[in-house]
Amino acid sequence: MPRRAPSRLLAFGLAAVLAAGSASGSDLHDLYFGEALFHADQGHYFDALQRLDTELGQYHGLDEPQYDSLHYHIGAAEFDVGDFELNYRMHHRAGRAIRAVLEGNVDPAVRNEAAFRLARIHFQKDQPEDALHALERIEGEVPDAIADEVKFLRANVYMALGRPADAVEVLADLQRAESLTGFAAYNLGIALLQDGRTPDAIEQLDRAGRVASGERGAEAIRDKANLILGTMLFEAADYQRAYESLDRVRLEGPFSNQALLRAGWAEVSAGNFERALVPWNILAKREVTDSAVQEALLAAPFAYGKLEIHGRAALMYGHALEAYTSELDRVDASIDSIRKGKFLKALLREELKQDRDWVIRLRTLPETPETYYLMALMASHDFQTALSNYLDLEDLRTRLVSWQTNFDAFKDMIELRKQNYDPLLPEVDADFRELDSQIRLRMEQREHLDKRLQGMLTAPRPDYLATADERIVSERLDEIERHLGNSTTPETQALQERVAHVRGALTWRLRTQYHERLTEAHTHLNELSVVIAAMTERYHSLVRTRQAATHSYVGYDVPINQLRRRVGEALQRVNLLMARQGHMLETVAINELKVRRERLDGYQTQARFAVADSYDRAARLQADMRPDGAQTGEVQPDETQPAGVQPGGGQQ
Amino acid sequence: MLRTFRTVVLTVVIWTCCGPSWALDADREQMKGLDEQVQEVKSDVLGISAELSRLEEKLLYPSNTQVAVFIALAEGDAMRLDAVQVQIDGQLVAHYIYSFKELDALKHGGVQRIYAGNVTTGEHKIDVSVTGKLQGGADYNQAGSFAFQKGVEPKLVGLTLAGPDSGRPAIEIGDW
Repeated sequence: MPRRAPSRLLAFGLAAVLAAGSASGSDLHDLYFGEALFHADQGHYFDALQRLDTELGQYHGLDEPQYDSLHYHIGAAEFDVGDFELNYRMHHRAGRAIRAVLEGNVDPAVRNEAAFRLARIHFQKDQPEDALHALERIEGEVPDAIADEVKFLRANVYMALGRPADAVEVLADLQRAESLTGFAAYNLGIALLQDGRTPDAIEQLDRAGRVASGERGAEAIRDKANLILGTMLFEAADYQRAYESLDRVRLEGPFSNQALLRAGWAEVSAGNFERALVPWNILAKREVTDSAVQEALLAAPFAYGKLEIHGRAALMYGHALEAYTSELDRVDASIDSIRKGKFLKALLREELKQDRDWVIRLRTLPETPETYYLMALMASHDFQTALSNYLDLEDLRTRLVSWQTNFDAFKDMIELRKQNYDPLLPEVDADFRELDSQIRLRMEQREHLDKRLQGMLTAPRPDYLATADERIVSERLDEIERHLGNSTTPETQALQERVAHVRGALTWRLRTQYHERLTEAHTHLNELSVVIAAMTERYHSLVRTRQAATHSYVGYDVPINQLRRRVGEALQRVNLLMARQGHMLETVAINELKVRRERLDGYQTQARFAVADSYDRAARLQADMRPDGAQTGEVQPDETQPAGVQPGGGQQ
Repeated sequence: MLRTFRTVVLTVVIWTCCGPSWALDADREQMKGLDEQVQEVKSDVLGISAELSRLEEKLLYPSNTQVAVFIALAEGDAMRLDAVQVQIDGQLVAHYIYSFKELDALKHGGVQRIYAGNVTTGEHKIDVSVTGKLQGGADYNQAGSFAFQKGVEPKLVGLTLAGPDSGRPAIEIGDW
């Protein structure tokens, strides 16, 4: 325990300082990464992880990931996935994720940050040796944003390892770190105390108890410093300073009850019974489930007894007796209720999950007495982890059950699509084939024309560019020439001259218009290309449509069946784990309530005796004050002290 | 007795931080074992979820028709966003009212996927209306209409919302 406990204690400070460490979404390039941050910021770590895992999986599966939008955030994403896993209490995976960054070929600053995060995980898992080993991997440049946190963590690790002198050295250097206001001062005080330098520790805790800050965490740690300092000074019999220190603890903070109780005992130890009543009377009016309040119910009448106001003391003892009896009834009802399984049901109430202060709200549920003491149980880190795990398991169970019903819907959807598309596909395939042959034809034509035009650029062929009419004329002239033959009659010669004339005119036209026609032919070729492109696009569209149709119902049976099986198996495991985790929670809660019961039993017995004693003393005092002046003897202060009430906070 | 008790108190305060120390070593070991198993099952369920998500996307939002609309807030904007309404081609596809936690997450740079659905390839119109409050408590209502082109790949439409003090358009559409 001595090793484990301080690390738990110090983790409180560390967690508060590092809680807001997730990446921000400014200058966002990847919307899905932003969506993961959106979930994580609300504490929905399952959704955040699922989103980011998917994104990272896709990114790492790409041939050229540098063109993916996640590339802009890949460093942050790799870290965030580890952070999300840590927040989702998946330390093993978080460690693996960060180790992967650490082992990768990354910038020294990134590697140092990874080492820091890994060290933080080890520290949170009570593995200080491993944490120190990870911290020792930090070398060279440390990012400014984490420089102080690295030192703070190192100091905490030293303390967990029982090396307070080393921790003192590091913490002394951190006293001006703004992000650690309050925490560094407090931890330095504790380190000095562990190192056996009690006077220095007292002075340091005094400084920590005066730190000015409006931050909630810093205020809480300041209160804690004052509470510990007050207790130490009380131990050293410096009651006045002890009271002053305890008086600095805020009345609304988490340490207020203990501070009020101890302030009262400090005054009592200094003989100031009247002044002790001030904090105790405040405390006695508070929530009676708190052990400090329960003690104050006995302590206040004890002080009245010391002041010889026995009537008032008797009344207050009577009130305490009632309160203890009522509390005992409530504790018994709680134990009974837990045994009936109502505790676990109450923890899973849906409306509570919507409330940030759900633990406090649980106390107000009239039908669930077992939850009344949850606040005290929640102070234990182990119980918190167990409870969080139980709630996480319930969340997993709900998801798995919902997925099981989804599979049936998917099957229906796929069947409907099959019924719709199957009859249509033969027709689509026929269209597809026709279009395919048309495209092939056009493409061949285009290729042929293109080749011919390319050839004409080097070897002009005007005849290739003749129009249909001109080709007919040319062929007609060839035919006439064949008919005329080699005859040399004057009529024939006249006709031959006319044919030659016409051919000459035709040739003239073809030659003179050659360049113009060549340009025009190229224009037509390009137009053909447009037609082919349109046909190709239609072709691709048809392919896509067909593929989409097919993909909408083909190939799902195997993955759906596999997933259904995996979901079923996971659900079984979750149910089993929930039962075991729930049983553990119930046992712990009942054990804690039994401890309370024993304490209340003791208080009740003391109150019973004290009531009788106080009435007796009040009666004797009244008799002493009668006119006949008869004296019955002095009241001895020690006789009025309740037998088992221990000053300064008797809860264990 | 007082002195003995004081020593106990000091030790208790320093080492246990005011909480009930209920867990014995055996309990702690059992708890640790359970914690390991819970981590394993979480990992398995996350794996199933990722696969299921891919299957759902393929089945429900194939890439050639997939459209997703995202909402982001301009950085540092003080406007309190109450609700957003989105119409695609005149059809209401999303009407979302924001909780405090969601608004906080948006202000911290998170991006909300407000809608995922299907549209045909080609030109489409998206209408966005925003309701909120300004820092002074005045109502803030804005509306915008934008065109977007849907190709064969999934279409991601990002809408960045801003108040009047940011110096940016109230509703800005971005392509991803």
